[in-house]
Amino acid sequence: MSELTLFLIRAAFLAILWIFVLSAISVIRSDMFGARVPETARGGAPVPERRKGKASKKPRRGAPTHLVVVEGENPGTRAELADAPLLIGRGSDAAIKLDDDYVSTRHARVAASGDEWFVEDLGSTNGTYVGPVRITQPTTIGLGVQVRVGKTILELRK
Amino acid sequence: MSQTGSLMGFVHRRRRGAELFLLVLALAVGVGAYAAVGLGVEGAVPADMVGYGGWLTGLIIAAHITVRLVAPYADPVLLPLVAALNGLGLAVIHRLDLTYEAMGNDQHTFARQQLIWMTLGVVLFVATLVLLRDHRVLQRLTYTAGLVGILLLVLPFLPVIGRNINGARIWINVAGFSFQPGEVAKVMLVIAFSGYLVLHRDALALAGRRVLFIDLPRGRDLGPILAMFGVSMMILVLQNDLGSSLLFFGLFLAMLYVATERPGWLVVGGLLFAAGALAAYTFVGNVQNRFNFWLHPLDYYDASPGSYQLVEALFGQGWGGLIGRGFGNGFPERVPFAYSDFIISTIGEELGLTAVMAIILCYGLIVERALRIALISRDGFGKLMAVGLGSIVALQVFVVIGGVTGLIPLTGLTTPFLSYGGSSLVANWVIAALLLRISDQARRPAPRLDPVDDTSGDSESTQVVKLR
Repeated sequence: MSELTLFLIRAAFLAILWIFVLSAISVIRSDMFGARVPETARGGAPVPERRKGKASKKPRRGAPTHLVVVEGENPGTRAELADAPLLIGRGSDAAIKLDDDYVSTRHARVAASGDEWFVEDLGSTNGTYVGPVRITQPTTIGLGVQVRVGKTILELRK
Repeated sequence: MSQTGSLMGFVHRRRRGAELFLLVLALAVGVGAYAAVGLGVEGAVPADMVGYGGWLTGLIIAAHITVRLVAPYADPVLLPLVAALNGLGLAVIHRLDLTYEAMGNDQHTFARQQLIWMTLGVVLFVATLVLLRDHRVLQRLTYTAGLVGILLLVLPFLPVIGRNINGARIWINVAGFSFQPGEVAKVMLVIAFSGYLVLHRDALALAGRRVLFIDLPRGRDLGPILAMFGVSMMILVLQNDLGSSLLFFGLFLAMLYVATERPGWLVVGGLLFAAGALAAYTFVGNVQNRFNFWLHPLDYYDASPGSYQLVEALFGQGWGGLIGRGFGNGFPERVPFAYSDFIISTIGEELGLTAVMAIILCYGLIVERALRIALISRDGFGKLMAVGLGSIVALQVFVVIGGVTGLIPLTGLTTPFLSYGGSSLVANWVIAALLLRISDQARRPAPRLDPVDDTSGDSESTQVVKLR
């Protein structure tokens, strides 16, 4: 086996090694931001249609109609549930905008599923509590159930 | 991250095709290295090339199909990185086998044993992914895992099965197989730490008194985890296993810091580390030697115990230079334990700095993926576990490669996936499986709250929440 052949083998192997590493990096790069997919592609009925159907329906008697801040910096702030899903946080795009230092910019979300209302934590720093429990997944809330974000307490009202 | 993602109709793709593409390249690295070893050392493509390549391909394909079936959203880069490192490690061990055989006449089958261990590793990888459909189940096993971890660490002290190999009592011998239970223990302790910290992190971070400029947590919050940690450190010190104690200490500190978000812990940990290192330096002769070898390697070349091993490794890496000597043209056999702790020096000698950089980059990417998984994971337990598993790999690589290249004093640890050692390889495959499981949960689109029957109008009917 001549020197040159051995050199070429070594160079080829190092090239393969680096091609592998660089392709791995390029896959990571293209994976960075995920992919934007239409809602319909994720299975289930298209969301806008469903929402329209619900909005046209008269709210049932005894069903909550708005979300209100009962305790904290901005007591009395309210948002109509007809505009669901509602974003709660300090950010300017939040439906209920709170001036609470312990609340994240996009803290939690209140959304409907049929007649049930759910609160979902959006990866906030200090967590969202339903009663005494810090929630880790979308949790059902009913009328008068206290949801705590930061130092603020919210609840659903008729 | 992914919650806001789901809000905007923004989801991770499955990327299984990208994974397959990377796996083909990873196989090219593994099988290519094996062929290059044959050509360089023996002057011909190895006779068992097809069998070896087929076996490796079979293992990788089995792992890939499992991921496709049971973890379709898992991270696409992790498995190829692991496969490439393992394949390269096998080839380098085989290359050393050939030289050892040429020197003495006895059969050397390290590579074959390593391939058997890799097969077992892949089997456990598949089993973990198939049996563990949701990593949050492990949170229930917090204290069980802690207990099992500590029991595993104690095992080598038992009279019949415990073995003292190379001055460290970290081995057990069952039915002819040697095994380091400590390798499995570290996975168990990661589960225990994350399960405990995820429940108590608020109490740890917020409750307690302030002493000087550090918030000290209450004893009852810190107690159990400190006990778990103290017991494992004590066992490791009694076993004379410096590398592992360093690893556990770093792991504990990293997880505590991530869980509480208090930089004060790093200060406390750094001081504790300095105190521990000083105490070890003063009272343990071995540690003093290691420091001296690190500072003045050449002065102790002929001494006993001396720095012969480290100096030969440094010579080898220096001789390898930028692109190395080529497989078969170096003398890695001059370094004792070139196939395990010092495998990086073998690679540095025969493939040069170019390959060592690629390998360190691969480890860097594994750690990056682990931290990324922690960032996008939806539950605190998964986040902490991913951080813990990632920091195991990071610390291990830093301690062993730093030691071999003379950056820090040398302490014995295995290079994950690369060096010879069954227990370490098997444990690392399980770590890879756990990371993939967490990433599958994290990257999966957020559950949609779809009512099955929206039009019936019966408010009392049971609602089915669609999960995937």
